[in-house]
Order: sequence, then structure tokens, then C-alpha cells
Amino acid sequence: MYAQMIKSTGEGVKSLDDMEPDERAFQERINAGGKIEPKDWMPEGYRKNLIRQIGQHAHSEIVGQLPEGNWITRAPTLERKAILLAKVQDEAGHGLYLYCAAETLGVTRDQLTRDLLSGKMKYSSIFNYPTLTWADMGAVGWLVDGAAIMNQVPLQRTSYGPYARAMVRICKEESFHQRQGFDIMMKMAKGTEAQRKMAQDALNRFWYPSLMMFGPSDAESVHSAQSMAWKIKMNSNDELRQKFVDQTAPQAEYLGLTIPDENLKFNEETGHYEFSEPDWDEFFDVLKGNGPCNTERLEDRNRAWNEGRWVREGLLAHAEKKRKTAIAAE
Amino acid sequence: MSDALFEFLCRMGDNTLVLGHRISEWCGVAPVLEEDIALANTALDLIGQTQLWLGLAGEVEDKGRDADRLAFHRDVWDFRNLLLVEQPNGDFGRTMMRQFLFDGWHLAQLKGLMGSDNDQIAAIAEKSVKEVTYHHERATDTVIGLGDGTEESHKRMQAALDRLYPYVGEMFISDAVDEEMVSAGIAPDPASLRPGYDAMLDAVLTEATLQKPADDFAHKGGKSGARHTEHLGHMLTQMQWLQRAYPDATW
Repeated sequence: MYAQMIKSTGEGVKSLDDMEPDERAFQERINAGGKIEPKDWMPEGYRKNLIRQIGQHAHSEIVGQLPEGNWITRAPTLERKAILLAKVQDEAGHGLYLYCAAETLGVTRDQLTRDLLSGKMKYSSIFNYPTLTWADMGAVGWLVDGAAIMNQVPLQRTSYGPYARAMVRICKEESFHQRQGFDIMMKMAKGTEAQRKMAQDALNRFWYPSLMMFGPSDAESVHSAQSMAWKIKMNSNDELRQKFVDQTAPQAEYLGLTIPDENLKFNEETGHYEFSEPDWDEFFDVLKGNGPCNTERLEDRNRAWNEGRWVREGLLAHAEKKRKTAIAAE
Repeated sequence: MSDALFEFLCRMGDNTLVLGHRISEWCGVAPVLEEDIALANTALDLIGQTQLWLGLAGEVEDKGRDADRLAFHRDVWDFRNLLLVEQPNGDFGRTMMRQFLFDGWHLAQLKGLMGSDNDQIAAIAEKSVKEVTYHHERATDTVIGLGDGTEESHKRMQAALDRLYPYVGEMFISDAVDEEMVSAGIAPDPASLRPGYDAMLDAVLTEATLQKPADDFAHKGGKSGARHTEHLGHMLTQMQWLQRAYPDATW
């Protein structure tokens, strides 16, 4: 997902009876479906967990601009170029709301940015895969945004108010992104032989990395159990992955494309698709920094930040001069 | 008349296409997130305007070419954009200086076109002028902020101005196409826009503590298509590659 392997306290979920009065009131409010707002009391673990999660989500939006930005200058029509620009602009906007949501928890955007650039904080593994053909713009919208939506729709009900509200806005735009991705895939799948080949190739390359977005099974994870008790994680990774496969498999069939999994089949009894697990060794390699594009992505972000320093300093210096002039004039 | 009108519409559409493309090269790597958003927004406006100008150009030409065909299947010598907009991005300062120098002209031109006798042109101008007013405001603020910022930002903005100023003059040179547009009541005379532009430029540069170059020499050859810079061809190899590699495909 856009936030993967987020660590919580690691201490397991406390029962209400083991909690001090503040914490108990906090947990009861969450259990009753109430929202926690920035000025409310909250356990330190909840605050830190959320900063990690919202920060990673924001970083994913920012780094996520790069694989799609890779095709803006090569988009095949003016309309596709405009749609892709609008989409990437939305992602930058999502990054902005999410950084703002994180700032309500007492961390600055600059601090989060420094942690991204140093590699201390992560972004979603999916953005470490390259976009090699125009069909990848379709696959990213259809599969990657499709997977992201699975997680983000329930997060509109998350317990932290600013995060939930950011997610409401984000979800509206993400569903448009997914539709435009599917639309590109449809054009490609119904197009010339070369286009069909590109579409199939994109599906082959993005299928398993998309399944990895949900993270490995967290049925046994103490971190996930705590996040779920706090309602900052609403469903297990396996549940969401299953939902994604159930939604996507018939769409692939409709497109006339083949999901690269020999074991994929619909189970009449369960009403769900059976499918193969992705290669989790590859996932952990990507998280460690050994994905196909980790180095380039961080290099690009670092270069942008370093080469932009003079701009940020220049604009700040000017604002300061204006402030001083205004004070002197009073 | 329709030849000159086609030329004129290509000039408008190629400016927005080429500049929109250039700005979109910044995607994801701007100095700060707000600038990423603003640059993408500007590029998006310009590509939208391109669809309108080149769409109308195709109608006027009446040879079955639509906006995409014109954008992606013409070679360098058929492009009619100003040399200014095809200049490479350089650093962020040069990108914003190019934007500011172009927007000042673009805004004046669109305001003139709002009174065009050609209703379709007037309508496109009216829609575009709202967007370009914002582009110009933002570029002006950035030029002032960075010109009058730190020593380094000042130095970079002066260098950007010195580098790009020789491409300003082309915006105000009138030729046979312009004369035909003026006499048909379609577009303002480019030369008539210069005094207002110069006044705007002087005011902004003063506030930005930047020095206008003394030499008024102007490169030309973009809007006539006679001699583009080497940069345009490289841009087209990227922009048009997919359409030319897969000419039978629809996207």
C-alpha cells in the first residue's frame, strides 16, 4: 500500500482495564467511532505511528510523480498529456494535504522531507519499478491506483480527523485516476497488435508488484493489531489483497489480457479468486533499496531538493525583506 | 486569407504547445511542492489552450488535420512558435524568467484578441486570458522574489534575463501574416503591444532589482519558421516519438 510495514508500539494491544484513565477515554472514543483531533490527548505511540504512516503516504505521492512524469513529455495525444498532467498535479496536491495532516501531529514538512531524502523514511515499494511503455501509464492507473483505493476508501473512516478528511478528498481524485488508467488499457487492448503486446507486457510487469503494495500477510503482526485497534488501519493486508484480485481479475478478462498467474482461478465455493503470492524476497529487496529504480528515485528527489535550495532561500529572504519594510512603515 | 489565418493560429498554438511541453519537463522535480503544483497547472492550461488553437487551425486549413495531427506530425520547419519558448529550461530561475517574459506578451496579445472580429478567436482568447493572468501574476511574483532575494538568487535571475532578453524582440516584430491579421480585424499589431510591455517590464525589473540589458538585439526566425534554434528538434524527438513509431495506433 502507499504505507507499508508501518511499525506501531510493538507492545501488543492493551485491554481497556490495563489503561490509565486518559488512554481509556481515548480508546473508548475510538471504539465508539469518534474522531481524534490534533489538540486532543493521544498516546505517544499513536502519534508516532500516525506520523510514520501519513508521512510514508505523503512521500509515496511525491515520489509517485516520477514514474508517471516519465511519460508526460511522451504522451501520445494532447488530451492524454493533459489528463496525465492533471493526475500528477493531483498527486502533488495529495502529498501537500498529507504533509499538512502530519504537521498537525507536531512534525514539520521539512523534517519529513529530510527523512525521505536520507532514506530513513520509506515510500511505497511500487514506485521503485520503471515505466517503460505508454501502456504502463494505463497499468499504473488501473492496478496501482486501484490497489491504493482499496486501502484508502476505508481510511476515510480512520480515527484521526485530519487524516480522514484528507482521505475523503484524495479518494475522489483517485477513483478518477483509476478510471483513466483503465481507459488507457482499454484503448491499448483493443488497439493494434503492438498496442496489445504493450498492454500485456505492462500487466505482466505490474501485476505482482501491485499485489506487493498491500504488504506481506499481517495476520500475526503486533504492529497491525495495534494500528487496527486505533483504527488507523482498517483491514488486514490479506483482506485487501483478496478484494483487489477479486475486482481486477474480471477486468483483465474484459480487456482480453492474461494475468500472469497460472494458479489464478475463481473458487465457486468461497466466491473469491485463488491466486499466487508474489515473491516476497523481491519485496524485501525493494524495501532495502534494491528495487530497479530506488537509486534513481532518491537521486532525483535529492537533486530537486538540493538544486532548489537557492530558490527556497531566495524567496524566504525576499519575504523577510518585505516583512521588515512593512514593519518599518507602520 | 485562410493561409495567413492558419499561420497565425499555428503561431498561437505552437507557443502554448512548446512552452507547455517545456514546463511539463519539471514534473516532480521543482524546488518545492507548491511549485510542482503550480508548474503542472500552468503546463495543463497551456496544453488545453493548444487544443483550442491548433484545433481551430486544423478547421481553417480544412485538410483533415486535427490538433493532434498538427502537434505530433509536423517537423521543425513547420513550427511557428517564438524562439523564446523553445529555449531549454535551465535552472528554475531561467524557467520562470522565460515564463515571465512570455506571459507579459501573451497576456497583452490575448487581451487584444478578445476584441477580434473572428468570434472563435475571441472566445478562445477570453477563456485563455483568465489562465494567463494568473500565470503572469505568479511569474512576476517569482521574478521579483528571486531577483530581490539573496545574492545568489539575484545573480541567477540577472543571468537568466541576460540570456533570454535577446529573444524578447521577436514577439513584437510584424510581418506579412500580422499585417493581414491587423487589416482583417483579427489580431492586434505586434508592434503596438511593445510600449505597454516595456512599461510592465521596467516596473517589474526595478522591483526585482534587475538590470535590463542595454542591447536590444533580437533573434528571430521562430514565428516565421525560417530558422528555429537547435533545441526544438530535440524536443520534438521526444514529444513526437510515440506517434511516429506507431503511426497506425490510436491512443
